[in-house]
Amino acid sequence: MSKIKAENVNVYYGSKQALFDVSIDIAEKEVTALIGPSGCGKSTFLRCLNRMNDVIDICRVEGSIKMDNLELNSRKLDVVRLRENVGMVFQKPNPFPKTIYENVAYGPTIHGIAQSKEEMDQIVETSLKKAALWNEVKDRLDEIGTGLSGGQQQRLCIARAISVSPEVILMDEPCSALDPIATAQIEELIDDLKKEVTIVIVTHSMSQAARVSQKTGFFHLGKLIEFGPTDKIFKNPDNQQTQDYITGRFG
Amino acid sequence: MNLILVTFIILLAFTSYYFGRKKALVIQSSQRLTALPKFYGYYLAAWCAAPALIIFALWSVFEPSIVKTFILQDYTDQNLTKNELQLIYTKVKALAAGTYTGNITNFLDESANKYIQLKGIANSAKVAIILAILIFSLSFAYRSVQKNDRMREPVEIFLKWVLFVASLGAVLVTIGIVFSLLFEAIRFFQAVKIFDFIFGTHWYPAKTFVRDGQPDPELMKDAFGAVPLFAGTFFIAFIAMCVAIPIGLLSGIYLSEYAGRGVRKYAKPIIEILAGIPTVVYGFFAALTVGPFVKEIGNAMGLEVSAESALAAGAVMGVMIIPFISSLSDDVMTAVPQNLRDGSYAMGATKSETVKKVIFPAALPGIVGSILLAVSRAVGETMIVVMASGLAANLTMNPLESTSTITAQIVVILIGDQQFGDPKTQSAFALGISLFIVTLFLNVIALSVVKKYREKYE
Repeated sequence: MSKIKAENVNVYYGSKQALFDVSIDIAEKEVTALIGPSGCGKSTFLRCLNRMNDVIDICRVEGSIKMDNLELNSRKLDVVRLRENVGMVFQKPNPFPKTIYENVAYGPTIHGIAQSKEEMDQIVETSLKKAALWNEVKDRLDEIGTGLSGGQQQRLCIARAISVSPEVILMDEPCSALDPIATAQIEELIDDLKKEVTIVIVTHSMSQAARVSQKTGFFHLGKLIEFGPTDKIFKNPDNQQTQDYITGRFG
Repeated sequence: MNLILVTFIILLAFTSYYFGRKKALVIQSSQRLTALPKFYGYYLAAWCAAPALIIFALWSVFEPSIVKTFILQDYTDQNLTKNELQLIYTKVKALAAGTYTGNITNFLDESANKYIQLKGIANSAKVAIILAILIFSLSFAYRSVQKNDRMREPVEIFLKWVLFVASLGAVLVTIGIVFSLLFEAIRFFQAVKIFDFIFGTHWYPAKTFVRDGQPDPELMKDAFGAVPLFAGTFFIAFIAMCVAIPIGLLSGIYLSEYAGRGVRKYAKPIIEILAGIPTVVYGFFAALTVGPFVKEIGNAMGLEVSAESALAAGAVMGVMIIPFISSLSDDVMTAVPQNLRDGSYAMGATKSETVKKVIFPAALPGIVGSILLAVSRAVGETMIVVMASGLAANLTMNPLESTSTITAQIVVILIGDQQFGDPKTQSAFALGISLFIVTLFLNVIALSVVKKYREKYE
């Protein structure tokens, strides 16, 4: 079942076009990986899905992106509500310089989700458990989040993202700043999360895409070259460029 | 004479730089150089200028006192006090320069001739010695250039010493100022009890003025109570901060988070111009525009308002301080990493929520630092208070009355004629050192807070 349907998306940074006619169907409760060489537009596309491109003054998005039949690329869209539904995890772990508890409670507080202290405690605990961080931090929730290790920080950011129970989580190279062990933990976590959430992950690591995703899209020079089941993309791609990239002949 | 000598040394140093570099190029044709050619030039120039200039400086420092000793030797049998000897020496110098107008005794005339003679000898000796040193050090340096010795290390060591001497000078001057403040303040506290100074509530130094002899110790007790001044200082600084902190912070937040690039580019320099306006201008703005304005409004509301009110001075001082706070807080908030903003926006936070919950707390230590720096600026500000808030040291908490500050009282004490050794004059040093301690304390806190903030992100 399709969760997000993008049609003919074009993105411009000033006069420079970054995405060309991208159309893609992202299925519900699956992991969709976007791969491609640096600067190919995969992160730009990801940021269209929660309107993070709004932050960049010179960025202009054209085309239609529908999530459950709600047009995302519309002036009338309530961006705050959208971002409550579509969480994001960034390349570099970016916990706020606040306590671990406050980091996770941030989203529920601004969206007024918890009615009482007990409910908030519950949300924080569940989110940290889902992010596989609870056992490591349950005795020091009042310590500063930036004091954790890189992998723990990234899991804290994931806990922060899932604290408002989003339907979609966007991950922008979430493991590129982490060591192999922390990477393995995050990948395991992604596998667990997909039971409840739709995940779109941008990654530079093709083996990661192969490990965690069900569908893969290959971007090159702002165009979506090929999109399909991960197995097919990696074993038997239709397109020669995809084949070349997968086998490491360029990119 | 001295000017010619120094110019000569410097010109010679420049010449030897070019000469050294040229020599290096000659050496290059036969063997490998130990450093770039310019190092050969620097080496020669340093050896030329440094020893000669050092000797020149030492000579200039010690020559007058040596000459003085020689002259005053003739007067040792007359049992004169130190002050009288000093007077005689001044007379001798004036006579030698042809500007003396008093009675010329034979003895004085003789001394003056001796002075001129000594000066002449000293001058010729100085020139001779310096020329000798120039020749010696240059030939020594030239020899090692010829031998193609290592050039880089000596030049680097020389530069290190130049830099060291420059910083030493700055530190010594600071220490000197602090000590001169301290010694005069100690002499003041011998006349006035430190307890009376710190806890006394009456500041009226003019009361201690007596034509001859020592003032009455009972009077002294009640004349130098600094409490009204400290209170006035912090009161006016408080009013200033009430104006500067809200406006400064809000404009800082606007500049860093809300303003577009175009607005920021022009607005920030314009706000910073406020910091460049001379404080005298703020002073008469406060005294002639804001003061009467405040008085009129107050009178219209049926309040008793002094034309020189603490409110007017404090408000104008606040305006002066706005750029400190807005510019510094803008800088620290802009320095908060973009990925924290992204993280907050991606959670669905609005701009104001992001500022309030993420940017502001993250930048808070830097903002506190900027506020403390602004407070120490407000505490040390003089001109506005002198011009706009009167000079009478009232102990009051009413912003509509006039009050005075430490800095303004120092001005009052030291303008016009003063008598050194008078407690009234010395009280300025005591005030100066208290002010110094307060601002030092504020600056130390501010710097340590700012430093702590830096560690957090690096």
